[in-house]
Amino acid sequence: MLEPFHVPLKGALQMNFKMNKMETLEVKNTIPKLGLMTGSQAVVQALIAEGVDLMFGYPGGAIMPVYDALYDVEEELKHVLARHEQGAVHAAQGYARATGKVGVCLATSGPGATNLITGIADAQIDSTPLVCITGQVASHLLGTDAFQETDVVGISMPVTKWNFQVTRAEEIPMAIAKAFYIARSGKPGPVLVDITKDAQFGEVDFNYIPFTGMRSYQPKPKLDLDPVKAAANLINSAKRPFILFGQGIILSKAEKEFKAFIEKTGIPSAWTILGLSALESDHYLNVGMLGMHGNYAPNKLTNECDVLIAVGMRFDDRITGDLSRYAKQAKVIHIEIDPSEIDKNVKTEVAVLGDAKEVLTVLTPLVKKQNHDNWLSTFRDLEQTEYNEVMEDELTPVTDAMTMGEVVNEINLQSDQNNVIVTDVGQHQMMACRYFKFKQSKSMITSGGLGTMGFCLPAALGAKMGQPNKEVIAVIGDGGFQMTLQELGTIMQYKAAVKIVVLNNEFLGMVRQWQEMFFDKRYAATTMINPNFQAIVSGYGIKTKKVTERNDLSEAVNEMLCSEESYFLEVAVGKENNVFPMVPTGASVSEIRLS
Amino acid sequence: MGKNKYTISVFTEDIVGMLNRVTIIFTRRKINIESIAASESEIANIHRYTLVVNESEEMVRKVVLQLEKQVEVVKAVFHLDSEVVYQEIALYKVPTGVLVSGGEAEKIVRAHHARVLSVEPAFTVIEKTGHKSETQTLFNDLEPYGMLEFVRSGRVAITKPMRTLKSVVEELENY
Repeated sequence: MLEPFHVPLKGALQMNFKMNKMETLEVKNTIPKLGLMTGSQAVVQALIAEGVDLMFGYPGGAIMPVYDALYDVEEELKHVLARHEQGAVHAAQGYARATGKVGVCLATSGPGATNLITGIADAQIDSTPLVCITGQVASHLLGTDAFQETDVVGISMPVTKWNFQVTRAEEIPMAIAKAFYIARSGKPGPVLVDITKDAQFGEVDFNYIPFTGMRSYQPKPKLDLDPVKAAANLINSAKRPFILFGQGIILSKAEKEFKAFIEKTGIPSAWTILGLSALESDHYLNVGMLGMHGNYAPNKLTNECDVLIAVGMRFDDRITGDLSRYAKQAKVIHIEIDPSEIDKNVKTEVAVLGDAKEVLTVLTPLVKKQNHDNWLSTFRDLEQTEYNEVMEDELTPVTDAMTMGEVVNEINLQSDQNNVIVTDVGQHQMMACRYFKFKQSKSMITSGGLGTMGFCLPAALGAKMGQPNKEVIAVIGDGGFQMTLQELGTIMQYKAAVKIVVLNNEFLGMVRQWQEMFFDKRYAATTMINPNFQAIVSGYGIKTKKVTERNDLSEAVNEMLCSEESYFLEVAVGKENNVFPMVPTGASVSEIRLS
Repeated sequence: MGKNKYTISVFTEDIVGMLNRVTIIFTRRKINIESIAASESEIANIHRYTLVVNESEEMVRKVVLQLEKQVEVVKAVFHLDSEVVYQEIALYKVPTGVLVSGGEAEKIVRAHHARVLSVEPAFTVIEKTGHKSETQTLFNDLEPYGMLEFVRSGRVAITKPMRTLKSVVEELENY
């Protein structure tokens, strides 16, 4: 019995193995070793074969053989020891989002595996390619409630793109090859491979064959030209066309094609927070942020456009507000790779199923060169309204207390806007999305779909390790910071020069804002008595500064940006400031409030 | 939107855990699965699940797309009752003594075109295949004699449209 997988899959797998499709691999110079080895060595060699040179994890009993094998390949495959498995998985996410490569993390069975779940769920909803490898108790102990046994395959099933339990060493090369293929292809996502301890100890004749396809999974729909032509006709005859773009642009590496498309058609374009940075902030057709705390113009004018073109986005409820009053006047074109997203939330006139890059490459030649200057100026007029009523006070406040927006603005002014910004979740996240300016794709990393507090610090660490030459700035609230601040230890140990900005309002600010607006100011469980962050961070040997006065902000930001090593900047901001504009829950996007 | 009875057929690779992947799509949306049957299909290594739900067409359409999104689901389709030929099987265990006295047993079995599978001194097992209403009528007729045990299978269904699974699989394999 030396079948690569168990027998029933044989047909499906053999048929689709094509050795020549190496382009999907992130090929590196390191060549995996071949021949007889243990299962755990095979895990490591398979990772090397997939081009992995950096992974995040936390050891424990059931994964010890793999760690032992890692010890031999420290040069080729660096392992970053997080301080908690949740930190490891968020770091892998940050790494993946910053580099476009697959993030890899490793954990033991039981609590190690369950601690990954939040990050896996986050990666699933935000389409981040991850390969998570978990140790599992020996196969003869499965189902016996053995020490540190948990059914992680069962637990992770709803939040993984694919998962698989390996119980025999000879299954390992194929399982890992398949895991990488599935994680990175089509609409990316997290996969989990659970490997029993006996499989790690077992022996396998290692021969790595990259996985290139299976009959039950077509990562990219075959592009049908008819809907592309129909879309082009609609776009060509539109008077007030409007584009919404999401992370699909970044994931399909379609930034250039997208820009060519909008510049030819002259269509105002707004982004979801996951699409942020796919188009530079100061592009003349970039009209800002969609959604609950997005910009005034794109929300308002969603209900006035005649053709709505959605590219690589999924009409999340935070984008649409009340669906029954969302863009009802518009004909909707949806360019999307995932068939299950079509008509899921918003009914489309034309659905173009396909990878954004492929679709735009075919679509752009079919659209007329146009400009929509009058329509675009409607956006700019409303933008001015928003500036007068919201932004001006946020960016250049007259209050004594500092605002989150002015801190963001100060960082913008002092940097070249080529930073990678990583945020946590809450008010500061919305402020960061609204006010940071971007020039390069993949430079905004935030937990969008799941809204995972605690995401930022480890994700920023992962981003920095993936992009060591870029300035990575973590912007966090005082609440989220305390959810994963143990990762300061990882930042310290690996000397990751992450710049950390905590915007401290001593509240769980977003919840407090909702309590103020919708719960009669009943601040249930949202006030925070915080520790001395300076002391804590200093304990990790990281340089710190706390700013409470506006006059000190500029110098502190300068000091942070000039620092060669990690730097922690805490800024005391107004305690009861709110984020506006806002589309309250249940309201229509055009009912967006400026105050 | 009005709800209807839909038969959903899901064709998957034959692997451990597939049933869970299929059913969590429904449970997540709080859709009750009225019946479920799993078996092989006409193609080696492809299993099929037949599920019956009472839902709106829009919801069923979305669920089927979510099913197809699963990496190891080959194909998922949904049909109204009028578009499938379907059948269920029911087994009834009744006390032999009560049933045979007065010749009622023969009358009931004949009237329902049911079959007697096994006669023991203590009990008789009767089998009836048919739609749920038919097996339920037999249940109602037998119940007065004391129903010792009853079981009904999930629906199995053959679709009327002529697209074969083989042609779907061939297309996918040559994708």
